[in-house]
Amino acid sequence: MIYLDNAATSLQKPEEVGKAVADAILHMGNPGRGIHGASLDAARMIYDTRSLISRLFHAKSPSQVAFTANSTESLNLAVEGIFRPGDHVITTMMEHNSVLRPLYRMEEKGVELTILPADKRGCINYEDFESAYKSNTRAVVCTHASNLTGNVNDLERIGRICKKLGILFLLDASQTAGVFDIDMEEMGIDVVCFTGHKGLLGPQGTGGICVREGLDIQPLVVGGSGVQSFLRTQPEQMPERLEAGTLNCHGLAGLHAALLYIGQTGMEYIRKREQYLMRRFYEGVKDIPGVMVYGDFSLESLDKRAPVVALNIGDYDSGEVADELAVSYEIYARAGAHCAPLMHQALGTEKQGAVRFSLSHFNTEEEIDQAVKAVRELSRH
Amino acid sequence: MRQKELKTVVTFHTVTEAIAMETACMKEEIPGRIIPVPREIKAGCGLSWAMPADWVGNISQWMEKKDLSWESVGEYYI
Repeated sequence: MIYLDNAATSLQKPEEVGKAVADAILHMGNPGRGIHGASLDAARMIYDTRSLISRLFHAKSPSQVAFTANSTESLNLAVEGIFRPGDHVITTMMEHNSVLRPLYRMEEKGVELTILPADKRGCINYEDFESAYKSNTRAVVCTHASNLTGNVNDLERIGRICKKLGILFLLDASQTAGVFDIDMEEMGIDVVCFTGHKGLLGPQGTGGICVREGLDIQPLVVGGSGVQSFLRTQPEQMPERLEAGTLNCHGLAGLHAALLYIGQTGMEYIRKREQYLMRRFYEGVKDIPGVMVYGDFSLESLDKRAPVVALNIGDYDSGEVADELAVSYEIYARAGAHCAPLMHQALGTEKQGAVRFSLSHFNTEEEIDQAVKAVRELSRH
Repeated sequence: MRQKELKTVVTFHTVTEAIAMETACMKEEIPGRIIPVPREIKAGCGLSWAMPADWVGNISQWMEKKDLSWESVGEYYI
C-alpha cells in the first residue's frame, strides 16, 4: 500500500509515538488531579509537551498553550470565544470548513463576515485584506496552507497588515504545524490553532490553541479544572481557562514523543524532503495529456508550498479515480471536496472534486514514481 | 501521621504553574516537593510547592527572577 493522504492524517508515525501512547495508557494517571506519582508523571509530561509547543510556535510561555481534541475544536473555541455581534471578520476562500462553519454560525449571531476571493490558481490577493477593512473589523482568520492546493499564505505579510490595521490575526495551522516555521512573535499572530495528527505526527484526538498573552478567550466548555474548585466559574488563568475536563493525556504522550522526533529530525529536513517528493510527483504528472493540476506551482512558490498536489483526469469523477487508485494500485489518495467548498468554487471543481495526493517525508521516491505511473495509466483509459 | 514541621508553601493558580515551579526547582536543585494545598491556606484540590522554611534564599525573589507565576507564599506547620 502506498499512503498519500497525509493532509487528512499522517499514517506513518515515528515508532516512539505508538510506544509512548501504550506506555501512558498503562502508567499515567490524570494530570493535575492528584499529587501521587501517576498523576504527577502525567502532569509533568503534559507540561513538557506545552513547553515544546510554545517553543515551536514561539508563544510567550507554556501556560499560553491549551490542549484540545483537534484544530476544529480550537477554531470553534477561538471564533466563539473572541467575536461578538457587531464585529466584522475577514477570512478567505482558501478555508476549510473548520474555519468557515464556526464563522457562518457567528454570522447568524450578528457577526459580519467578508470572504476574500481566490483566483483560479487558488491564490488570494494580499491587498484585499486592507480593502476589506472596516471600522468594526476585529480580526483576520485564515489558513496557513490550503488543504486542497497546498498553496501557502505569507504569514509575515498578513501579520504586518493586521498590526497596521490594529486587528487580531487568528491562524489555522492544520496543514503546516510541524513542517513550516510559525513564529507568533515575529509574524504578529495572536492565536494559532493546530492539530496533532497531521504534520506534527502525533495521535488523532490531539490538538491545541496557542494564545498571545493578554488576549482573553471566553471558554466554550466549562467544568473540572483540578484547581480553584470552589469558584463557580472557570479559572481565569491559562491554560486551565480553556481546558475543562480530563485531557487526552495518553494521546498527548504520543504527541510529546512526536515533537521530540521532529526536534531531532529537524523541521527543515522534513519540509525539504516533502517538497522534493512533491516536485517529483508534480513534474511526473503535469504534462500527462488529460491531467489538470490545481494550485500555484510557479517557480517562486515551489519551495514555499505544502506537499500537496491536487489533480483531475479528464472529466472523470474524482471519486472514481481515487477508488481505482485504491482498488487497482493500492494507492491511497483523497477525492471529493476535502471540506473546502469555496476553494473548489474558485478552482471550478465543485462538481468533479479533485484527487488530492498529500505526501510525507516517510514516502519514498519509488512510491512517488508508482503513483505517477498509475496516474499516467489511468489517463489513457 | 508525620510530625508537623514549619515549611514554606507556595500556591499556584494552575497546575501548569505548579509543574513549571517543580521543573525550575529541580533544575537548580532547590529542595522541596509538590503537595496538596493545605487546608490552612485554602480548601480545594490544587497543587502547592512545600520546601524547607530555612532555605537560604528568598523564594519569592527567585521565582520572580525565573519568570514563574504563583498565587501566594507563606510559612505553615504542615
